[in-house]
Amino acid sequence: MQEVRETTAMKPPVTRIGVLGWVRTNLFSSVFNSFLTVVIIYFLWKIVPGLIRWAFIDSSWTTTGAECRAAGGACWSVVTKNLRFIIFGFFPYEWQWRPLLAMIILFTLLIVSRNRSYWKKWLGYSWLIGLFVMGLLLRGGLFGLPPVESTKWSGLPLTLLLSVFGLTAAYPLGVLLALGRQSRMPAIKSLSVVYIETIRGVPLISLLFMSSVMFPLFLPEGITINNILRAQVAIIMFTAAYIAEVVRGGLQAISRGQYEAAESLGLNYPQKMRLIILPQALKIVIPPSVGILISAFKDTSLVVIIGLFDLLKTTQSTLSDPRWMGFSVEAYIFIALIYFTGCFSMSSYSRRLERELYRGN
Amino acid sequence: MSNELPKNNAASSPGDPIVEIIEMHKWFDDFHVLKNINLTVHKGERIIICGPSGSGKSTLIRCINRLEEHQRGRIIVDGIELTNDLKNIEKIREEVGMVFQHFNLFPHLTILENLTLGPVWVRKTPKAEAEETAMFFLEKVHIADQARKYPGQLSGGQQQRVAIARSLCMKPKVMLFDEPTSALDPEMIKEVLDVMIDLAKEGMTMLVVSHEMGFAKSAAHRVLFMDDGEILEENTPVDFFENPQHERTKLFLSQILH
Repeated sequence: MQEVRETTAMKPPVTRIGVLGWVRTNLFSSVFNSFLTVVIIYFLWKIVPGLIRWAFIDSSWTTTGAECRAAGGACWSVVTKNLRFIIFGFFPYEWQWRPLLAMIILFTLLIVSRNRSYWKKWLGYSWLIGLFVMGLLLRGGLFGLPPVESTKWSGLPLTLLLSVFGLTAAYPLGVLLALGRQSRMPAIKSLSVVYIETIRGVPLISLLFMSSVMFPLFLPEGITINNILRAQVAIIMFTAAYIAEVVRGGLQAISRGQYEAAESLGLNYPQKMRLIILPQALKIVIPPSVGILISAFKDTSLVVIIGLFDLLKTTQSTLSDPRWMGFSVEAYIFIALIYFTGCFSMSSYSRRLERELYRGN
Repeated sequence: MSNELPKNNAASSPGDPIVEIIEMHKWFDDFHVLKNINLTVHKGERIIICGPSGSGKSTLIRCINRLEEHQRGRIIVDGIELTNDLKNIEKIREEVGMVFQHFNLFPHLTILENLTLGPVWVRKTPKAEAEETAMFFLEKVHIADQARKYPGQLSGGQQQRVAIARSLCMKPKVMLFDEPTSALDPEMIKEVLDVMIDLAKEGMTMLVVSHEMGFAKSAAHRVLFMDDGEILEENTPVDFFENPQHERTKLFLSQILH
């Protein structure tokens, strides 16, 4: 069938598309914007070449501290030469492959868990086995691995331990607290309110102090609880209170009609919450909860004040070595990159989740 | 009228009572919303409840599945009295379907999942069987091709038909409709009413809060008129519209019929 089309598809004007169009609409759309563009280009011109020269051209990568001082550029040697101490801290040198392997297992599990279609039983079992193996690798004492005291756990493995378990335990606890705060049972409700308001009214530092200094005073003679565990509990309790308030906001955003529809089908309270209300409420609060998780991740570095050697503390110790004094910028840039990688992955994953859970409403 | 339904079966030989409301009162704080309600609904009976806004008609049917609690009198549904006993409430809700003004579909679940949720979790029906039932009722409300979509992708009329199918999947003994067409665009009202008329033809027991006079005339056995928390008039649809007894009924009809 031959049919002559009268109109052909028209292309937009050249000034609206392509590189030229992009430059026009984004950089020079008005006098003020053109002015800003010029100013910013000027500053970039002033800063970027110097930065590149410092970080790459004049930099030293595998030298000693003294050679670094002579070279004048960035001294990345402070990181490369002390990498194993910064990452693994006081973990016995010859056994440092153990925390390394534990971290590889952790990252593998985290990366696999990103895909929601894998959220099946086998992934749960993999996590259980993974946790057991990771614990075994760190503690030792079985299968011919010599035991390593938890006081020697430090650096990145400690930071990951505190944050990954802190966050995964705090989230469900926070959800329970949010539900408790909405409960019609006065005892549960007031307990949740008191907990949330008390914890939120106290800085994390004081909670950490209390858990490490005050808490042991209440324990019977001879019983000691691991310092790391106490810090872990403090972080969980603290983060859970914040999660609870965010989740409560999400619960309030769900219309009365959703509750009524669930109830009129005959669903009981746990079914109603688990199947209808929480999936919607938690989806709404993805952005603020991830905000809390990100800040909790960074807050784990506060455990330095109770004497735990996390990533930040091992870095500081490296810098107090006279041979490497004065290269704090390089060392801090390095751990900043590590923290950034963690935070950015959480942030980008949360955006991916939001996209995947979008249901056209 | 072409789709006039045989009504005499229930009128002449009423089935067993399925809902009994005896001297029931309800207050919202100090406000007396329902005053001395007495109503018996027989199996297979279809009752329209109308009245001005704020008259308590929605509250009345919401008391039947305990979305609202009554403070005095008794409500007995399918032989079970509504008390604070949660188990009884859940049992009654299994048998009483409800369709809301704003559909209240679950937006995070597909249409099919919306329909199978109740049967699977409450009735413990195997998933495959529940899906088969769901597809049967989706066919019935002419919307089977949308089963894999989410509620947000459907029009209002389609959503309300899904909501009706969702209730039907629980195989309820009574269906409550709380203004099922008042949130719909005019061109979608008919598709929902048609589904309701089909249901009526099959003998479903229905309590409908609505001002749809066409539906009342073609499908209802009785029309109740409520005002100010009381049932003021109870009549057959024909008499109700053509020969209203109460002054306030006359005033109300003159306002809605123009």
